[in-house]
Amino acid sequence: MKFRKLIFANLFRKKARLVLTIGSFAVALLLFTFLAVVKSAFSRGVEIAGADRLVVVNRVGLMVTMPVSYADKIRAIPGVKYVTHDHWFGGVYQDEKNFFPQFVIDPENHRKVYPEFQIPDDQWKNFVNDQQGAIAGARTAERFHWKIGDRIPLKAALWGGGSWEFNLDGIYKTENGAGDESQFWLQWKYFDENLPAVLKTTMKSTAGWYILKLNSPNDAVRVAKTIDDDFANSSYETKTETESAFAAGFAKQFGNIEFLIVTIGSVVFFTLLLVTGNTMAISVRERTSELAVLKAIGFTDRTILFLVLGESAVIALAGGVLGLTLAALAIPGVSMALTGMLPPLLLSKPLLGLGLVFAVFVGLVSGLLPGLSAMRMRVVNALRRV
Amino acid sequence: MAIPIVYNLRSVKARWTSAIVAVIGIAGTVGVFVAMLSLARGFKATLVSSGSADNALIVRSGATSEMTSGFGLDSVKIIQDKPGIARGTGGPLVTPEAVLMAPIPMVSNGADANVQLRGVSPNVLEIRKQVNIVQGRMFKAGLSELVVGKNATNMYSGLKLGNTISLGSMRWEVVGVFDAGGSAFDSEVWADPNLITAAFTRPANSFQSVTVHLTSPQALSQLQDAISVDPRLNVDVMREVEYYAKQSTRMTLLIRTLGGFVAFIMAIGAVFGALNTMYSAVAERGREIATMRALGFGGPSVVLSFLIEALLISFIGGLVGCVAVLPINGLTTGAMNWQTFSHLAFAFEITPDLLVMGVIFALVMGALGGLPPAVRAAQLPVATALREL
Repeated sequence: MKFRKLIFANLFRKKARLVLTIGSFAVALLLFTFLAVVKSAFSRGVEIAGADRLVVVNRVGLMVTMPVSYADKIRAIPGVKYVTHDHWFGGVYQDEKNFFPQFVIDPENHRKVYPEFQIPDDQWKNFVNDQQGAIAGARTAERFHWKIGDRIPLKAALWGGGSWEFNLDGIYKTENGAGDESQFWLQWKYFDENLPAVLKTTMKSTAGWYILKLNSPNDAVRVAKTIDDDFANSSYETKTETESAFAAGFAKQFGNIEFLIVTIGSVVFFTLLLVTGNTMAISVRERTSELAVLKAIGFTDRTILFLVLGESAVIALAGGVLGLTLAALAIPGVSMALTGMLPPLLLSKPLLGLGLVFAVFVGLVSGLLPGLSAMRMRVVNALRRV
Repeated sequence: MAIPIVYNLRSVKARWTSAIVAVIGIAGTVGVFVAMLSLARGFKATLVSSGSADNALIVRSGATSEMTSGFGLDSVKIIQDKPGIARGTGGPLVTPEAVLMAPIPMVSNGADANVQLRGVSPNVLEIRKQVNIVQGRMFKAGLSELVVGKNATNMYSGLKLGNTISLGSMRWEVVGVFDAGGSAFDSEVWADPNLITAAFTRPANSFQSVTVHLTSPQALSQLQDAISVDPRLNVDVMREVEYYAKQSTRMTLLIRTLGGFVAFIMAIGAVFGALNTMYSAVAERGREIATMRALGFGGPSVVLSFLIEALLISFIGGLVGCVAVLPINGLTTGAMNWQTFSHLAFAFEITPDLLVMGVIFALVMGALGGLPPAVRAAQLPVATALREL
């Protein structure tokens, strides 16, 4: 790299501009990363859904329950490996704004259907043996500073408004924290036995929805149809879909917000890049006469192009690295600020790589036009302009 | 002595390319800023306009929303005889309501939306005065008929006037469309509460909320007192407006946090853009500045002149940004209300004060981006600058 010195000397010729251009790049990359993680947070449910899982809900709507006895009928269908059922508990912890999803689970089968939730065996055992037991996701436990053994009071807003208390017996995690670590589980048996009297007639021995694990994802369509046909014309008709279709349905209901944020953001992102690219072009144009001198003393056209591109690539790389570093620092904070409203914002390694490639690409493109014109210019004309 | 503003106008014109780049940067930032605020505001306005100050909403004590509330007919009967409640031609103006959600496919993408289904009493139009039937007629008690909000009829499939649709275990005929003045009710479907509870296998005569029309807005405390001392009742009474304002908090906070962060990052980018533009303006005009100084214009005049130029550019940027987002005013979009998980249509609402805020935001960015270069311009040594070619 015999031209390294020359490239760097050119870079530092105007320090304020260098800092600002690198800064603009950093800002653009920060914005890009932020929008990408927000977008992925909105569609997280669909991404992490198991292809071999089906969700069975009451056709009438999510709020209407089904008899818990359906589990055995579903289990008997060929192709079904495990069946478990959930209820939405919807309790309030201290204040309404402390939202986290709470599920009434069936401990017997839950772990078989959801192997991605990792809990130490002894914690799980304590939970199963403890009527008032509960398990929380690592993110929720951290949010409220819960430790194993804590008593967790929840106001069952959806189930008669009474106060329920649970013992935190375990904390589950997911691989690399990429899954949903915000859930809170309690035991179906305890829930079912302690329903308030007014709800006993309609809610006793019911399940909110069923989740089943299939032997093979290829069976999904057939099994879903069998279940819905079996329960058609019963008093509880069902609607069965793959977990990802179920999650996608949910996501589509607020999909508009996601669309807006991403569209607006992308437009602005490209505007920023345009501005940055323009600045770089100006700085090359200002030096036309210098480049002409270089050519006059024997630098080849390709070397000139290389010098210009090298300069813009260095700026882009520096800005890119800075922007991604800022993103890595800022995103956990924003993620905390959005707890209870969005799944965690996760910055993945492929995304960082993509950002960097993107930055260098834009750097090269914005250097290409002025570089090419510098390469093509005729020395005589350029020198005459001085 | 001040440097004439014409000088700035002409120099912006002379270097219009770099000025345009700065204008675009600022316009984009202001546009996003205003759009995000109008989204949050529209969402809130939709919910807040659902309530009126002379109505009170009663839910079970501790319930976070209508969805999580519930009580029987006995409580309703006690409530309707309390003082402070206005009376209409057919008795007290009280509507005990059964509220639940039904999955109905959206027209836009075919996915099921959780549409809020509300069982209302026949005199509901006397209580919610902002609601008017605009097509067809009101449903008849005891018949499986629906009236649907004007957003619901457009947004969800099968809810056109005259259609029949299956909800729960029943088939219903759409007999009317109502306009609720852009409130959350416009996304709802209304019917007879007894039939709704039957169709969704809910216990008969169970309700989620009672809305009452007060004799006057001041009568609320009278009603609250009467209800709180009654040992048979375990309910919360609040003004309808307050209930709906609370419903919007989570979504508004989400939009504000996301939008605020994006606008903040962009503002930094735009300030960098402005700084770059102004620094190169100063660098290019070194001789001009030195000439002016030599003619007797003082340092402060030069600072002021360049600051005015930066503010001019950012002002244009702010205006362009505001004009660019104006078309989204009134645009209706759907979103999930995170408090109840029900689907809701709302419109962007760009008000004059938002536009003013946008322009102020632009001027702040212009001042931040223009001041350092202006100071540098004033500090240029006159003799050296003049000697330069």
